[in-house]
Amino acid sequence: MDQLDYHMELSQSLKAMVNRGDFPHILFYGPSGAGKKTRVLALLRDIYGPAVEKVKVEHKQFKVGSTTVEIPILSSAHHLELNPGDAGNRDRDVVQELIKEIAASAPLPTSSSGDTSDWKPFKVVVLNEVDNLSKEAQHALRRTMEKYITTCRIMMTCNNACRVIAPIRSRCLCVRVAAPSAAQIAAVLQATARKEAVTLPPLLAEKLAAQAHGNLRKALLTLEAARVAQYPFDPKGEVRQADWEAFIDGVAADCVREQSPRKLGEVRNKLYDLLAHCIPPDMIMERLTRALLVKLKHDPPLLQMEVLHHAALYEVRMISGSKAIFHLEAFIAKFMAVYKRHLFTSFGG
Amino acid sequence: MAERAVPWVEKYRPRTVTDVAHQTEVVDTLRKAVETRNLPHLIFYGPPGTGKTSTILACARDLYGSDFKKRVLELNASDERGISIVRNKIKSFAMVAVNAKTNAEGQSIPPYKLIVLDEADSMTTDAQSALRRTMETYCRITRFCIICNYVSRLIPPITSRCAKFHFKPLPKQATLDRLKMIAAAEGVGCSDRVFALIEEQSEGDMRKAIQMMQSLHRLAMDGEIAEQAVLDISGAVPAETVRALIAGCQQPNAFKQIQAEVDALLLQGYPAGQLLAQLSGEVVSSATLPDVAKGVISKGLAEADKHLVDGANEYLQLLNVFAIICRSAAPAAA
Repeated sequence: MDQLDYHMELSQSLKAMVNRGDFPHILFYGPSGAGKKTRVLALLRDIYGPAVEKVKVEHKQFKVGSTTVEIPILSSAHHLELNPGDAGNRDRDVVQELIKEIAASAPLPTSSSGDTSDWKPFKVVVLNEVDNLSKEAQHALRRTMEKYITTCRIMMTCNNACRVIAPIRSRCLCVRVAAPSAAQIAAVLQATARKEAVTLPPLLAEKLAAQAHGNLRKALLTLEAARVAQYPFDPKGEVRQADWEAFIDGVAADCVREQSPRKLGEVRNKLYDLLAHCIPPDMIMERLTRALLVKLKHDPPLLQMEVLHHAALYEVRMISGSKAIFHLEAFIAKFMAVYKRHLFTSFGG
Repeated sequence: MAERAVPWVEKYRPRTVTDVAHQTEVVDTLRKAVETRNLPHLIFYGPPGTGKTSTILACARDLYGSDFKKRVLELNASDERGISIVRNKIKSFAMVAVNAKTNAEGQSIPPYKLIVLDEADSMTTDAQSALRRTMETYCRITRFCIICNYVSRLIPPITSRCAKFHFKPLPKQATLDRLKMIAAAEGVGCSDRVFALIEEQSEGDMRKAIQMMQSLHRLAMDGEIAEQAVLDISGAVPAETVRALIAGCQQPNAFKQIQAEVDALLLQGYPAGQLLAQLSGEVVSSATLPDVAKGVISKGLAEADKHLVDGANEYLQLLNVFAIICRSAAPAAA
């Protein structure tokens, strides 16, 4: 816990709380790459000592009715970690069967080292991405959380706290993990570079940090990629964007340059390319909207707002529908129509 | 270190019906029921943390004393409750006749069993339909208590068979009294101002309030709880920030700046739903916005909230809301 680089105050309070031997269920929420998972693991280490690092992966199978559900579990002597979303539609069964079974049994006071000083009367279940759990599964968790609190504590991580139902939130200590600021990321990058014996020009570190947009994981990965691409670093060098981001910017540029059915066809191929490379459609949509807004920054705000309105609308439809390409394409077509009309009215032609 | 660490929420759960905070109407009825040993089928509904589960458990304990375990079947959403369970488990429990008129301690107990269906919102319609006849057939020997957040999720034939009790969000004073009682028992250092803040953030949810106080107590290392800590832990966006955002929207050409601010806000990790709720409060009580604008904005907020629940992108939805605010607020400022 002490080795965390930022949000020191938060870490201190959490540490103090755990060291007193007892703590409630905890829900960590915040943007991705902000360090939620890291905090969970650090907390576990503080609670149980180094034994939590000896993890093994197993695929647990269990029967529900006539079907078998299989789910990978990471477990150590004291805790166990699973991603209930992996079970897809069967996530409710995972919660009802598996978690309840785990929660209902108390851990035995035997430690592998024969030393019982770090023994705690409860174990910890770490649930990742609870915001992807279905409503039914979350409901199933409610009473389990209360009933077995003496033998089992649940630590959850999620990006979007509003997708976790209120009854769960009211049973947890909700901890907000804010994304690190650009300066903090730059500092971490420098520290990492020093450890890896790499010299990192400060200017480049800042650029990397700015581009990561608060996502430390992304910043570190970009740094690693940049090192493979070219070393020693060129202090004035540009940071390479991720391929897909540059690609979407290209799509946005296309849309602004020409609005015609022919162009739409071309853009469609590009979108198919993106989807074929497994870029999640909601990320495409967000990036595309951002790129378009940047392109339109000299146009009247009313136009921007209209584009945004449509972006929000088509994104929702995309989430509730099943074929992402229709909605992405519909958005592009709508944008072209809106933009073309704007051009006509503003230039009178 | 505490040997058996029980969270305060469980430790201070009311033991008898009379202990239940507030909810006078329900408590009075139930107390009479406990005295006369005559209980109708019950439906408890209301927002989380208002004491629904606590009340029925306390009531059952009053009724049955030490026979509690034998006479009460508690099923909640963590148990499988499909139609087959209703047909087999619930029905077979309901069918068993009871005749013992006293429990081990000689306390007289009523001649029926109690089935508590907690969190019944998550039961399927089919399962609920299967309950209908069971409720009637065995009503001489079994009483049902159905607990849910929204009574509209239950099918009408079920609701018409039960006495409905609405659990209201707890009033300020009731929460404060209970918090102070617990604080005194646990030795929490807490000023009146902090109590009031906790109460405000809990929005009538007693569990949330108690949970929050315990977390704060731990975080403060048993010291005095600071006011700032309450705000930190509640996850609420600071009120000034929200107000500044709305004011910012009323400036001409605010849109570009708003984009940057929304980005920053989301990076801070604030949940968009929380922000929407607070925005709504600010907009409705705003003195500078005309009524028509308020209506338009509220509609936008409602739509965005629905979309967020459906899993839409936070950034796009939030920005769209601010675009709406800008559009409807700008003419007023000009």
